[in-house]
Amino acid sequence: MPEEFQVGRHVLVPKHEILPKEKAEELLKKYNITPYQLPLIKSSDPAVKEIGGKPGDVIKITRNSPTAGKAVVYRYVIEG
Amino acid sequence: MVGVSSETIKGEIEKLEGELPESILRELQNSLIRVSKERAITKEQLKEIIDGVKQAYYKAMVEPGEAVGTVAAQSIGEPGTQMTLRTFHYAGVAELNVTLGLPRLIEIIDARKTPSAALMTIYLKEPYAKSKEKARAFAQKVELTTVEDVALQTEVDLINSVFIITLDRSRLQRRDLTPSKIADILREIPKVDITVDGYKLRLKPESASLTELRRLVTRVRTTPLRGVKGITRVVVKMEGDEYVVYTEGSNLAEILMMPEVDATRTTTNNIHEIESVLGIEAARNAIINEAVKTLEEQGLDVDIRHIMLVADMMTATGEVSQVGRHGVSGEKASVLARASFEITTKHLLDACVHGESDRLDGIIENVIAGQPIPIGTGMVELVMRREESGAK
Repeated sequence: MPEEFQVGRHVLVPKHEILPKEKAEELLKKYNITPYQLPLIKSSDPAVKEIGGKPGDVIKITRNSPTAGKAVVYRYVIEG
Repeated sequence: MVGVSSETIKGEIEKLEGELPESILRELQNSLIRVSKERAITKEQLKEIIDGVKQAYYKAMVEPGEAVGTVAAQSIGEPGTQMTLRTFHYAGVAELNVTLGLPRLIEIIDARKTPSAALMTIYLKEPYAKSKEKARAFAQKVELTTVEDVALQTEVDLINSVFIITLDRSRLQRRDLTPSKIADILREIPKVDITVDGYKLRLKPESASLTELRRLVTRVRTTPLRGVKGITRVVVKMEGDEYVVYTEGSNLAEILMMPEVDATRTTTNNIHEIESVLGIEAARNAIINEAVKTLEEQGLDVDIRHIMLVADMMTATGEVSQVGRHGVSGEKASVLARASFEITTKHLLDACVHGESDRLDGIIENVIAGQPIPIGTGMVELVMRREESGAK
């Protein structure tokens, strides 16, 4: 049997983490924004499903950027 | 005079984490350590260097209010005029049909559901990647083979109501199939009696009606004998020290589940497929990779930051949307901005029906209204505190 395929191990998929609630609030305060002003991500997204993200969570994504080395971005989980 | 040690340099660099991007810090640390080995750097000099780097970095940053989108559009658009307009090209080594140049770039930006030439790059796991035979065998396994592909001729005997398939021996051998194997696969079709006679297969439907026979013929011809749905051509190529399988046609979900496949690197050029299998962030990366590849191939040098911006905009809603009236431009908050792009009357009418209001905080709205646009110095507004200035 083929081993379970993991989305997170693919080279195209950067690291996804669920941001703790306090940290998420801190983030929104820091930039003075509402969650919907963040880029969005669907709760049905394979990478979100894998880490168990629910609508309302903020996902911290650590991208490997060709210009900055590492770049941290956030996405707000929406239903879909 | 004693210079600072490598440890002090590392310590100082660490303090900058979060302030400067990682790639700059790494480069700075490496060159500082290299230079400090050749000649001593004093503490003051180190501070001066770091401050200089910081200053240079802040100077290079985009300023608030800069029209990055417009700059990106122009930076991609201008080289785009020099690209080939020709759609198809047989790309040298792999002999695979690929879309190149402007048509491909438009395909990416428009977020077409299916690329005109779908292409997969399949990397294999250890034993398969090193052996030509094993890679070939795998390639054969994924290539979609139908009855039509292995048949020498097919005939319909209307008198006896039998469908006769004559199989091609060499084609069968090449694909590692036998008449009885094919018969076994075809037996899955209900209500058909199959007899194998050498390289001839006789298929007789239970009911002798003509329509039944016709239906059987069309069904059998396209019955997949082996392979993965959608994959029509396969090429095995040596790349570096491993064999890589290129396919025309694409089916990422199924290929990634196969045990021979290296599921960490295998990709497709179909961005929507990547979105549904690997997620929106992977799709963003795929958009960047594909766009850069297309531009580079044409010998055009576009700064990757412009493409990253486009990819960010295209994936901001959580799904891949095109740059156009069904996507990025059509989702703008302002009615006037949408109306000024395409399908003006529809947007204006809809806005009237729904009683939409426009806050006039975008650029296009303010151009229409004849006001200063919120870009650059136009972003800044002056607020006077009347109490403090003593005025009433």
